[in-house]
Amino acid sequence: MVLLPLGITAASALAVMLAAAVRGPTPRAATGRAAEALSVLGLAAALGSQLAVAGAAPRRVTPLFVFDGVSSILGAVVLASALAVVLLASAYLRRLDEPWEEIYALLLLGTAGALALTSSDHLVGLVLGLETLSVSLYGLVASVRTRGDEALEAAMKYLVLAGAASAFLLFGVALLYASVGTLELPALTAELSAGTPAGSELVTVAGLAFVLVGIGFKLALVPFHLWTPDVYQGAPAPITAFVATVSKGGVVAFLLRLVAAAGAVARPEDGEGLFVVLALLAGASILVGNLLALLQRDVKRLLAYSSIAHLGYLLVALLAGGELGPRAAVFYLIAYAVTILLAFGVVTILSRAEQEAGDLDAYRGLFWRRPILASAMAAAVFSLAGIPLTAGFVAKLYLLLAALDGSRFGLVGILVVGSVLGLYYYLRVVVAMLATPEPETAASEPVGASGGVALAGLGAVLIWIGVAPSAWLRILGIWLGG
Amino acid sequence: MKLVALVLVPLLGGLLAWPLGRRRTEWARIAAVLALGVDLALALSLLGPAGPGGWLATFELPWIPSLGIGLRLGLDGLSLVLVLLTLLVGLLAVFASWSEIRERVGFFHFNLCWVLAGILGVFLALDLVLFYFLWELMLVPMVFLIALWGHERKTYAAIKFFLYTQASGLLMLLAILGLGLAHQRAAGSWSFAYGDLLGVSLEPTLALWLMLGFFAAFAVKLPVVVLHTWLPDAHSQAPTAGSMVLAALLLKTGAYGLLRFAIPLFPDASVRFAPVAMVLGAIGVIYGAVLAFAQTDLKRLVAYTSVSHLGFVLLGIYAWTSFSLTGTVLQMVAHGLSTGALFVLAGALYERTHTRDLERLRGLAPVVPRMGAAALFFALASLGLPGLGNFVAEFLVLVGAWEVRPIPTTIAALGLVAATLYSLRFFQRAFHGPAAEAELADLRPRELTVLGAMGVALLWLGLAPQPLFEVVAPALDVLLRTAGGTP
Repeated sequence: MVLLPLGITAASALAVMLAAAVRGPTPRAATGRAAEALSVLGLAAALGSQLAVAGAAPRRVTPLFVFDGVSSILGAVVLASALAVVLLASAYLRRLDEPWEEIYALLLLGTAGALALTSSDHLVGLVLGLETLSVSLYGLVASVRTRGDEALEAAMKYLVLAGAASAFLLFGVALLYASVGTLELPALTAELSAGTPAGSELVTVAGLAFVLVGIGFKLALVPFHLWTPDVYQGAPAPITAFVATVSKGGVVAFLLRLVAAAGAVARPEDGEGLFVVLALLAGASILVGNLLALLQRDVKRLLAYSSIAHLGYLLVALLAGGELGPRAAVFYLIAYAVTILLAFGVVTILSRAEQEAGDLDAYRGLFWRRPILASAMAAAVFSLAGIPLTAGFVAKLYLLLAALDGSRFGLVGILVVGSVLGLYYYLRVVVAMLATPEPETAASEPVGASGGVALAGLGAVLIWIGVAPSAWLRILGIWLGG
Repeated sequence: MKLVALVLVPLLGGLLAWPLGRRRTEWARIAAVLALGVDLALALSLLGPAGPGGWLATFELPWIPSLGIGLRLGLDGLSLVLVLLTLLVGLLAVFASWSEIRERVGFFHFNLCWVLAGILGVFLALDLVLFYFLWELMLVPMVFLIALWGHERKTYAAIKFFLYTQASGLLMLLAILGLGLAHQRAAGSWSFAYGDLLGVSLEPTLALWLMLGFFAAFAVKLPVVVLHTWLPDAHSQAPTAGSMVLAALLLKTGAYGLLRFAIPLFPDASVRFAPVAMVLGAIGVIYGAVLAFAQTDLKRLVAYTSVSHLGFVLLGIYAWTSFSLTGTVLQMVAHGLSTGALFVLAGALYERTHTRDLERLRGLAPVVPRMGAAALFFALASLGLPGLGNFVAEFLVLVGAWEVRPIPTTIAALGLVAATLYSLRFFQRAFHGPAAEAELADLRPRELTVLGAMGVALLWLGLAPQPLFEVVAPALDVLLRTAGGTP
């Protein structure tokens, strides 16, 4: 029963592939629409079943997967994000003469991988989920080829770097197994707290470090972030949204478990190795992400660096520990996912067949040309900046509270500096949208029904969390507290 | 309930004005006027005897119960005076921009109403997180007002204003959260209510840091001398209504924050900090005056006079005596009116001559005699002529501060001389001298009404300020007793 969401997602992927194969050489539009409908239905059903089985008592299914509060919430986030991506991609893909069915199949497979990640507290489960996700992403990033080599270049960069990161991860897992003898997280940390076997300390530390390299790459933390701007810029906009939310959501789930397990072993304030390293990663991500975003003229690259910074903020929440820390981290992830989906949703809708809506010039005067889209973008940008009335503000508030409670004053200081830096480039986007528009040369792209629904839903959730967050916080407390 | 309505009415008025402005611009303006007028009547209806604790009205609704954050609003004499000022200046700002704003009128009034709603909320909020929420919320429509309808360097001024206020606001947020945490650790439950947080006992070092966090945000807003550099740009680049709201109202939120939060929440730290603050206030008076004297841009000149006048406010607040606080409140109102009027005049001149440069504005009195008379009146108000509100205010502040610390008070008093210099200089340059050859329209009835209303109010405050004192006194007494001042 608890495997239902994962099963439905995987089954949808298979169904899409079968549908494509069965229908044969019929007009592209028909197969594409069928694939799209199957994906939407499949993800909606999976999300529904996820919410239905949530709140049940924690269960372990095979040594690899555990279904508890964390997997419930983050699984729901992953599925909802994937659903939003599919809805937003609908109109986008229709403008392109591209293989839709493959894209949808890969999306569903990637979602299944991410979903598996949210439920795994076993290192092999981590590898399984991560690899499924990564392989589907290689294909997805390269999927749009009518615009020249941009997407292909991004995919090659991603392939090479992700391959290297996966190698590090696997090697780290192997080293850990060699020194400790088990691959399950709880048992692993129990063994480590009992003291590492004599002589294998270097092996253990190296193993842990390599695993962190792999995780840091996937989360785009500094210094493993070099792929992020190029991939975000080169990939098609809805795929970028997928990378920004679904893949990160899955990995954050695992990191949550890792930190929680390690936290049970040693107190964060003791500055145990893992926490020091994570603190360094967080601080570097916040500063580097915000500083480099200041230089960007391309909105997708700007959002890429912004994502790096926001993952840094999320890490601060994880490091805060205590009762508030994990809740703040999950809440931040939810707010971040909604915001980034809304932002990339606008980018997707504005992208024309020949060119992505990357450069800031595409947004100049947007407020006067297409006020609803511009308002959606402004709401997303304000949420990233942490301005009240948006989800980002409440999430930042909660995060600061957790960090202060955990006495992480240094990280809080860096967070404040980063936030102030961020204000400048976020405001620049808004100011560009408010500028006097150039005379219209090309016709604007229509929003499309499913895209409109997705944008409206995301915007409503953004404002809802920003104005009346108590319901969300309560649910979070119930699911995570137990 | 009335308090919620006070904030909601401008919000709804603004929401209405936006689409109405697309049909006909007059409808947007009328919608704004109606909303603010109704709100003003509502605020006036709240005048009355003070209840327990000095409150005239309170309101409470849970918002995020798990963190003890609620929608808590409260009105006492101090807030009421500032609320009335807000609505009055807001109405006058709408009238003043009647002919100046011609593009996107609906959106302009939407932003104007929402800024006013945010300011009203700041004056009413009694929950610290709610206060921060509204503090930040005030900013965004103001940034839009400057960035869309401002003058040559509007984008630069808007971004600078935004960054300064946001950065200092974040420091205040940290202080608020720190205070909330301290309360949670001491009392075991979360609460961000003003009343609950008043009683939290803190170690001296922690109290000092938290107080400085609050002070940072209010110091940028007030502005205190070193952190004031956003002000000349924002005030001179904003449209007339924007400058009025900025000078008359936004700056007062900083003063209000000091009075309501920074000092009562951290009385001992404030006592230790008071000498620094009073010296900063005195320096601000002189510095602002000297720089105002040197300006050639009319609106920048008036902006620097704000820095100077609000130095008196800072001095009076940290003197923390009954006289000085009363003078501070009166100075807030009188400065709002006199500086607002000066901005209206500057805007009127700009509309007619398309310049703010004092090198080019010469000898205007024979050409626009009514404007000259109004300018003289408000220049005299600004320099503190007895009979007008500013004099009574500055006098009270100086009397109150003299008891506590004579040296900064003396320095500030010298600022009165400097005020005379810049006020008369600006008037003499722009209006006296060889008559200008231009043909300019004199003040129209609408502009005369706006300026007339402000003038009458200033006269009333200067000649018969007692009613204002009586409204404010209970609230100030409570504040003085909370933080152990000399009533």
